[in-house]
Amino acid sequence: MPRQFTPKVVTANALIEGDVVYLTSRDDWTRLLHEAEVLTDEAHAELRLLEASARHHEAVGVYLADVKLEAGIPQPTHFREDFRRTGPSNYFHGKQAESRNS
Amino acid sequence: MYQYTDFDRAFLAERNAQFRQQVERRISGALTEDEFKPLRLMNGVYLQLHAYMLRVAVPYGTLNSAQMRKLAELAERWDKGYGHFTTRQNIQYNWPKLSDIPDMLDALAEVNLHAIQTSGNTIRNVTADHFAGAAADEIADPRPVAELIRQWSTDHPEFQFLPRKFKIAVTGSPNDRAVTKAHDIGLRMVERDGEAGFEVIVGGGLGRTPMIGKVVRDFLPRADLLPYLEAIVSVYNLLGRRDNKYKARIKITVHENGLEKIRSLVEERFATLRAQFGGVDQEMLKGIEAQFAPPAFHASDSDDFQAAYDSDPVFRSWVDTNVTAHRRDDHAIVSISLKAHGKTPGDATAAQMRVMADLAKEHAYDELRISHEQNVILPHVPRAALPRLHAALKTAGLGTANIGLVSDIIACPGMDYCALATARSIPIAQEISERFDALKLEHEIGDLKIKISGCINACGHHHVGHIGILGLDRAGVENYQITLGGDGTETAEIGQRAGPGFSADEIVPAVERLVLGYLDLRASADETFLQAYRRLGPAPFKALLYPEAREKAA
Ligand code: HEM
Ligand code: SF4
Repeated sequence: MPRQFTPKVVTANALIEGDVVYLTSRDDWTRLLHEAEVLTDEAHAELRLLEASARHHEAVGVYLADVKLEAGIPQPTHFREDFRRTGPSNYFHGKQAESRNS
Repeated sequence: MYQYTDFDRAFLAERNAQFRQQVERRISGALTEDEFKPLRLMNGVYLQLHAYMLRVAVPYGTLNSAQMRKLAELAERWDKGYGHFTTRQNIQYNWPKLSDIPDMLDALAEVNLHAIQTSGNTIRNVTADHFAGAAADEIADPRPVAELIRQWSTDHPEFQFLPRKFKIAVTGSPNDRAVTKAHDIGLRMVERDGEAGFEVIVGGGLGRTPMIGKVVRDFLPRADLLPYLEAIVSVYNLLGRRDNKYKARIKITVHENGLEKIRSLVEERFATLRAQFGGVDQEMLKGIEAQFAPPAFHASDSDDFQAAYDSDPVFRSWVDTNVTAHRRDDHAIVSISLKAHGKTPGDATAAQMRVMADLAKEHAYDELRISHEQNVILPHVPRAALPRLHAALKTAGLGTANIGLVSDIIACPGMDYCALATARSIPIAQEISERFDALKLEHEIGDLKIKISGCINACGHHHVGHIGILGLDRAGVENYQITLGGDGTETAEIGQRAGPGFSADEIVPAVERLVLGYLDLRASADETFLQAYRRLGPAPFKALLYPEAREKAA
């Protein structure tokens, strides 16, 4: 039996700042996970990954990350993705310290 | 200190100009990441979890105050006000923007610093004892030899395509502070019949397959060093495996072929090469030695020191843990702890860097060192200056008296920064050091090395920690494995896994049980954790870690 496809988002690091970004359904990058496009269909996800990977002048290291939906909002399923959307735990730096909303 | 020539300076300026263009072309879209990545890695630029990282080299861990001040300036202007000193004797900046990095490199070049990484399957930067040129137990300063090896190997045509990268470490004294047994080749200076020479060790390494190096020659006269090294490297070049990256290091070559075979091939090759060298290398060495000449020491009288030592218990405690004997009686080696309790091991703020630079300039002949244990060293301090130095350090939050103790923990960046990590390491170090500070038992516990890595690459040297901690991902949860009995000195050993791992919540209590339990197990207050472990074996220590198992067995 084929494995069931779990929801995903396209994520990467921004070319200049190097911080974590997610692809939105409007085809731009957001710094906030909850604004990311949630991909629930495997073929569509592969397509979005390909499209995003072609944007190599905007983002680096594009990949699909698992999410789970809680009240319709994507949440990380793995602690690595949780740290990526928050920042380091030894300083209040990175995303947790920014209210930026681009 | 090694003096830059005009040639070095011109080379650096050209490299920086070249990289500036490459960054511009990356940003404009003319270069893809696949094209750019090898270029940025050669220039010390990595991509981590939350940002780029710039890794600045500190050759032989040696800096002057102007260079330290420049490191502070970079932290302030282009980072978040701090830098991270690592076990590789370099400094990492965790938050630079790609577009700022060319300016950072130009700023570094003003003080002859750079971020160029030796990369590829060649002989990498040679590392040396951080007390080089200062230690009382030293036979000779190992840095000239390290620099000779670097110059000899850099463009050596035969060694540009080795099976794998190759790392050499040198210590100038019998007490090994450079972890020589965990390098491809380790050189430990020893004396025989009044003559200085090297014990030559091959095939050590940590990482995925940790191994302790083996002695291939117990005494090599100093003048024979280069032909002998060349013999080892050429035997490895021939026998080393190229079919599997994980089996390509010389540690596997030695393991698979046996030390005896390697030794006889090396000696055979050495006999031929020795005749060919004919002393040119010894001429080169003389020139290099002049560049590492010691400062012009001035005599220091010890009255101020003794008065402070007798009257101030805080100063006394700091001297007893952080100060090491210098080769001159009226001087001392000071280790400045970058391990304040509860703080990130190896981090220093820009303000702290400036304080250290000022103190080096004022009291320590303008010289600083970075140790692989993530602390900063002032190698030459007149004893009379120690009380003032300590007072200034204390004010800057740099007076922690814990060198070599439980809270002097080595930790790699782990999953707080590193993209390869399987778990975090920094918070575990912070919690352990806070816990033992609260217990006020550190000095009672004595010598104890805890080392933490966030994945099997072992950047935190956990295999050679008396207590090693390895962070893993077990089914999507952080899990910490303990190894016991590791040792990175001349009596090196790889630590043994104690048993099942611990969760992030359980690991600090487990370490506490282990260490407090040791206090009951030791034969006397002088028996260190490692000595007690060697005397008693793992069983009583495992029982401390896994009390449930003991109850079940009973
Ligand atoms: C955060 C970025 C880092 C990355 C991506 C990284 C990656 C790696 C990798 C892949 C290896 C294994 C190489 C091999 O055996 O072929 C390695 C080894 C090593 N790393 Fe790192 N590292 C990082 C940071 C550090 C830091 C901060 C330190 C010092 C605290 C460090 C010290 C070392 C050492 C000493 C080794 C050699 C271990 C051995 O003997 O095999 N690394 N690193
Ligand atoms: S040991 Fe692993 S987690 Fe730690 S710095 Fe090295 S590669 Fe990163």
